[in-house]
Amino acid sequence: MSTCADQPSLRLPAVMDSLEPLRLFALEGAIEAGLGPDAPPRLELALEEALVNVISYAYPKNAPGGPGDVELHRRVDPDAFTLVLLDWGPAFDPLSEEENEPALEANRMADLDSREPGGLGLFLIRTMSLASYRRNGEANELTLRFELPVST
Amino acid sequence: MEFTSEKSGAFLLLMVKGRMDTITAPEFEAECVKWLETGEIRLVADLSGLEYISSAGLRSILSTAKKCKAKGGDIAFCNLSGIVAEVFSVSGFSTLLPVLETREQALGRS
Repeated sequence: MSTCADQPSLRLPAVMDSLEPLRLFALEGAIEAGLGPDAPPRLELALEEALVNVISYAYPKNAPGGPGDVELHRRVDPDAFTLVLLDWGPAFDPLSEEENEPALEANRMADLDSREPGGLGLFLIRTMSLASYRRNGEANELTLRFELPVST
Repeated sequence: MEFTSEKSGAFLLLMVKGRMDTITAPEFEAECVKWLETGEIRLVADLSGLEYISSAGLRSILSTAKKCKAKGGDIAFCNLSGIVAEVFSVSGFSTLLPVLETREQALGRS
């Protein structure tokens, strides 16, 4: 499951300007892998939410020397297309928000006056992909898996 | 994102085209606020040309809906498809806000 050197990868500063090149890098791999027609938007969505989370929270604001990096790997397995996202911020598991699930659930049921913005980004990562997280040395490693259509 | 608009009875119909992502989402709210400030407080957003939405888009929509309500108006959505319909559904937005299948239904509300 570890990231290998021979996988295509792209490492960029963790800033909003990096969203588009990373999106195109992921989509290029997804199309090569032959993901079904519904999958690319889901992949884009899970990836955007994960990246925005890293860009917004992984590194201190206005740090001398600029923000840290984010690195995206893509991999094609026989049954799935996989993205692995690395950052070197403090340990944070974006999938461990289960404890916030009741609050999120209440918010999803709220009316317009009481509905709060936010909380949906991490929820959408879990909804749109098969996601897993581990702390890998000094890195946060988020794996987003998308099943490939069964070939006949 | 691109917007085209036309007046239809009590409503201002807004056709939305493109992607509502982290970078572009504020454009939607800005466009709606522009209409609110001219006195158009009942908005209908036709999302048939919207290819993609993320949580930033939902935030922009939620903020817009609250501003419409504060003015005594509202905003309805129609013609959702693909990932846009899916995101509205899983986030609860399709029950939070008026979401109609067709433009005629959205413009036929009281």
